[in-house]
Amino acid sequence: MRHILSVLVNDQPRVLARVAGLLGRRNFNIESISVGESEEPGLSRMVIATRGDEQTMEQVQKQLHKLVDVIKVQDLHDHSAVERELLLVKVGAGPATRMEISGIIEPFRASIVDVGPHSLIVQATGERSKLDALMELLHPYGIKEVARTGVTALSRGANKAGVALTAGG
Amino acid sequence: MAQRLAMSAERSEDLTQPQQEYSGSEILLRCLIEEGVEVIFGYPGGAVLPIYDSLYHGAVKHLLARHEQGAIHAAEGYARATGKPGVVIATSGPGATNLVTGIANAQMDSIPLVCITGNVNQDLIGTDAFQEADITGITMPITKHSYLVTDVRELPRVVKEAFHIASTGRPGPVLVDIPKDVSNGKTGYHYPEQVHIRGYQPKTDPHPLQITRLHQALAEAKKPLILAGGGVVTSGGEHELIAFAETARVPVTTTLMGLGGFPGQHPLWLGMPGMHGTYAANHALLECDLLIGIGARFDDRVTMGRLDKFATGAKIVHIDIDPAEIGKNVDTYIPIVGDVKKSLSAALEGLPRSRSEAWVKRVQGWYREKPNRYRDSDQVLKPQWVIRHLHESTGGDAIVTTDVGQHQMWVAQYFPFAKPRSFITSGGLGTMGFGFPAAIGAQLAHPEATVISVTGDGGFQMTSQELAVIALGNIPVKVAVLNNRCLGMVRQWQEVFYKKRYSEVDLADSPDFVKLAEAYHVKAWRAESKEEAARAWKEALSAPGPAVVDFRIHPEENVYPMVAPGKGLDEMIMGEEES
Ligand SMILES: Cc1ncc(C[n+]2csc(CCOP(=O)(O)OP(=O)(O)O)c2C)c(N)n1
Repeated sequence: MRHILSVLVNDQPRVLARVAGLLGRRNFNIESISVGESEEPGLSRMVIATRGDEQTMEQVQKQLHKLVDVIKVQDLHDHSAVERELLLVKVGAGPATRMEISGIIEPFRASIVDVGPHSLIVQATGERSKLDALMELLHPYGIKEVARTGVTALSRGANKAGVALTAGG
Repeated sequence: MAQRLAMSAERSEDLTQPQQEYSGSEILLRCLIEEGVEVIFGYPGGAVLPIYDSLYHGAVKHLLARHEQGAIHAAEGYARATGKPGVVIATSGPGATNLVTGIANAQMDSIPLVCITGNVNQDLIGTDAFQEADITGITMPITKHSYLVTDVRELPRVVKEAFHIASTGRPGPVLVDIPKDVSNGKTGYHYPEQVHIRGYQPKTDPHPLQITRLHQALAEAKKPLILAGGGVVTSGGEHELIAFAETARVPVTTTLMGLGGFPGQHPLWLGMPGMHGTYAANHALLECDLLIGIGARFDDRVTMGRLDKFATGAKIVHIDIDPAEIGKNVDTYIPIVGDVKKSLSAALEGLPRSRSEAWVKRVQGWYREKPNRYRDSDQVLKPQWVIRHLHESTGGDAIVTTDVGQHQMWVAQYFPFAKPRSFITSGGLGTMGFGFPAAIGAQLAHPEATVISVTGDGGFQMTSQELAVIALGNIPVKVAVLNNRCLGMVRQWQEVFYKKRYSEVDLADSPDFVKLAEAYHVKAWRAESKEEAARAWKEALSAPGPAVVDFRIHPEENVYPMVAPGKGLDEMIMGEEES
């Protein structure tokens, strides 16, 4: 089962290394980690996409909580959440195929952000599955380079990410 | 405490004037004094020269080990004997990396330590400078928390937090890495009275609802069993445990780390469980209908990793201060997050008696009929006999440390520990070289106590250089080397699982331990028979200072009972000794 964890952490040097190291060491599988500023100065929000059964997820949360720099952990799976990822993909494209590609990406609300003589760069945001679908359609044109940010997410409406588990030792 | 420092030497004026600026290293020392640190274990070097210069006044006792591993194990021994954080200082680079084994060891056994390392000047960090090591990075997976101090003004807060984190909740090692420019930097001094760490609030009080559920489960149980671990010792909950077991009529098995947390001669005690556990403890684990884990983490040396054969018919209650331990290895029916002592005293109120009388009789019968046994001999010296003799000769009134291997298991099996903190061993990491320096730390903590370091001929050679320390300080540690001329535990595994293909376990060409000790000016004896052993030990015990006895035990003795890795607790090898 796929889970998205929203983790509030102290904005300290090495906090990403602590979190990533912990997950690796405990043999938890990670799809992506993204981190950036949060609404509160001094705290960052880390969004971790991972897979595991209920028991594994409970362990992941508890182990994360043991880190002194971790303030709050919430599994967004339990809440309705908005989930996004940014994709940049450089596709092989000469003058003949540009129009075709632009037609393909339009329903995805993606845009062409750079055009070169033999390639162009498509930018898209959305849920992972949507970006995967777009990638599949672009495949026949020749994918030259891809960069994805990994998932970031926020719970919807009144839910404030991070109130699920009380701070522990 | 500040007065103690003020009395010493020429700096007295500085310390009575709060406005004054101090160097980082002086601030560090003041912080340590405020924390009540009595002794620091360490080894100097370039990056900690400012700190050692501050120690020059002697305001805090410092013990110069002969290897940083010796220093940190001694600090652990001190912490394990007292419950107070042990403090160790090492220089940057190789000094710091020599601490790694001890840090991992403390982390695995939840031992409070504050490890202070020096680092190169901050402008050199990241340049592969001379004696630079990213010790914060290296130790990240094996510390409870760590700090790289980047500003001298942060130092008091960091030290305060380090001691707090190390000693509260589930204790553990905290690393404080101090670059040389920070220990040389100057600022005013103010030690914070309190700590506020937003992400660290250990929960010590158990949830009343879960206590009620425990009561209900106990009232229904016919075959309850307590599995008590190191958490009982850490929390100081031994009296509550006795009261609990006696009131509810529940037999108790104590893990390696829990030995001494319940009296080894109590009628409800079943011995140690697991790989080298007693028949009674293991069979009780197989058959119980309610298993109450108390400050124990269901390690694979206890469960054998075979959860399909571990307490399968039991409801499991798990009391632990670390919420992450609950549900980590076994499914828990009643989780109780809290300090062991507090949880047990909460449970004592209104504690029902279980309907366990027939069960208690039965497990006591097992314990009586199938105790740990060995075949004694008058021709050769048997290690089990030696351990029993150590117990008898001291009336059990001793602190015993061990290394890792067969001798460790024999101590666990044949020395019935009566009191917590009297057995000091490397449980989780299983670190050879631990026991002897740990004994030094324990002895410094309890100068009047009889401290015995039981060690193997292999393990002793990993840290025997610390003989210099007991000699120089006249620290009366008594070292009992159980010398079987081989890496005994490995030899045993090769015998049982590798068809006696004894690969690289022969230690027959070890140095003469008597001469080795004497070279360090430590008195020493050798014993080949029971008579010699008894005589040598008597003289060693009554010698005023340190002593080493080289017990030449039978080289082919094995530790039984034994459960092979991958087997369940129902498949114990009882050993031929136990006909
Ligand atoms: C540092 C370290 N290296 C290797 C081991 C693996 N090991 C476990 S027991 C053992 C043999 C110990 O031999 P000795 O110290 O002579 O004790 P004995 O088993 O003979 O009592 C070894 C090598 C270990 N536990 N620790």
